[in-house]
Amino acid sequence: MSNPESISSMASKPSSKPFSMRDFFDRERNLGIILMLPGAILLIAFMAYPFFLGIWLSLTDSTIGRLGQYIGLRNFIDLLTDTIFHQTAQNTFIYALVTVPFKAILGLGLALVLNRHMRFSSPIRAGVMMPWIVPTALSSLGWFMIFDPVFSPISWLFKNLGLISKNINFLGDPGLAIASVCWANIWRGVPFFGITILAGLQSVPQELHEAAAIDGATVWHRFRHVTIPSIKGVVLIASLLSIIWTFADFQLIYILTKGGPANMTHIFGTYTYQIGLSATEIGMGAAISLYMFPVLAFFAILLLFYLRKEQ
Amino acid sequence: MVGSNVFRARFFSLYLPLTVYIVFLLFPFYWMLIVSFKPTNDLFEMKFNPFWIQQFTLENYLYLFQNTDFLSWLKNTLIVSVVSTTLSLICSVFIGYALARLRFPGSNFLGVGIFMAYLVPPTLLFLPLAQVISTLGLNNTYWSLILTYPTQLIPFASWLLMGYFRTIPKEIEESAMADGCSRIQILYRMVLPLSVPGLLSAGIFCFTLCWNEFLYALIFMSSGPMKTIPVGTVSDLIKADTLFWGALMASAVLGSFPIAFIYSFFVKYYISGLTAGAVKG
Repeated sequence: MSNPESISSMASKPSSKPFSMRDFFDRERNLGIILMLPGAILLIAFMAYPFFLGIWLSLTDSTIGRLGQYIGLRNFIDLLTDTIFHQTAQNTFIYALVTVPFKAILGLGLALVLNRHMRFSSPIRAGVMMPWIVPTALSSLGWFMIFDPVFSPISWLFKNLGLISKNINFLGDPGLAIASVCWANIWRGVPFFGITILAGLQSVPQELHEAAAIDGATVWHRFRHVTIPSIKGVVLIASLLSIIWTFADFQLIYILTKGGPANMTHIFGTYTYQIGLSATEIGMGAAISLYMFPVLAFFAILLLFYLRKEQ
Repeated sequence: MVGSNVFRARFFSLYLPLTVYIVFLLFPFYWMLIVSFKPTNDLFEMKFNPFWIQQFTLENYLYLFQNTDFLSWLKNTLIVSVVSTTLSLICSVFIGYALARLRFPGSNFLGVGIFMAYLVPPTLLFLPLAQVISTLGLNNTYWSLILTYPTQLIPFASWLLMGYFRTIPKEIEESAMADGCSRIQILYRMVLPLSVPGLLSAGIFCFTLCWNEFLYALIFMSSGPMKTIPVGTVSDLIKADTLFWGALMASAVLGSFPIAFIYSFFVKYYISGLTAGAVKG
């Protein structure tokens, strides 16, 4: 294999020749850096810089429109004794982690069903992906109506079946409200798990199943010893991505409960919004959001290590 | 008899679970759709079966077009999505090509950095970013979203395109270079035409994310006619005591429709883009 380095260095070596734009661009290191620039500038200006600005803000008592004084870690320490913050941390944990096994198991079931030969399989695949595709803000409005205390279709159905006598207050009762937002969250996540696991299933060579079947393996054995090992990797990756995304979620809770009733359903994103923007305490708000950082970094590094290992 | 046994087996192992999944996953959309075609008074009529439409009406859609800023929301969402998708794709093609093919100082580090940027959520950044946007005087301008959305799109799109570029045999490029093509010419004459599926996946992915974005749009575009569809629907149609349920659902249906439409057309590309990150690493 010829070395691409030698070609580009050949093209740019003769230093006696006058400077040419073309030689400049054909040097890998020049071109590489130039090509990185447009994206890098956007990422630095609107991602890296705000990140560090956020760290600075969290160390001050700034409010919106007034740059505050440096107060060290006081915001972070104050939050440790804030009961709403405790509730928020607990909710986020339930919302992002406890829902994952449900998404994974329901997603596995969906993938196994979609993997069968059937008629209309492409429209069916496209259809079941909808919860993941359409704007969460808009589908959350659908759930907002389904969970309505007055005309929820679920309440109507259960009442007409004689199971309950009065409407269920899905979003008004703290415990039920958490369960309801988790339900909507699982609903949105299942197609993602389903389609990722389906891709994993389809990468299993059919011969493996056939060989196992010839050797007398039962359906369960084949599932346990052929299917499961071959999708373990994708399930793990999908789970890590799902944890990272839902841990830092905002819109679903903002639309369904706005963190209520009585601040019982906040997650980090919505509590940051309430303190930082609605209550204008931007310093304190920044501190709340930064509490997410170690957890996100932990799962991100885990994911990176795993992907490296796979490669 | 054999036939009916086969059917029974297929019923329990395929049709029944499939039906349960379809009802579970699509019921909210069905609900949104039928509510959008019902007169508001019918919703409160408890003796009606809520799962069906008693009186079909288009009044909710008319209300949406005549009494709300829906058409400007649509225009805003389109402009912002198209421009930020284009901008992100250009940046990502460059980054993807540089990381896939060129050796330059810091390229490994930058590769990991870009991957990490993919995992930085908007909720971590929106407060300080709101400060940056208002310092730059960009509130309620398209620029506030056009410049910030790419930070959420470039990392994934670059990663995806880098994977595509790596599958193109190096030898093609080397022989073209020996024939006197410059790197830039190779990029747009050979690499890009060979990567159309990758560009489509990345483009659809970016467009969907722009269309669906909520948090930045909620904060940076707060004035009525400058809102995007998701934000306008949520903030203008939900008023404290009067809920325009029908119009709310009509707006949600119309706002979801373009994405559902594009997606079903390009489902293959979308899924390959989505799973590229998870399966191919």
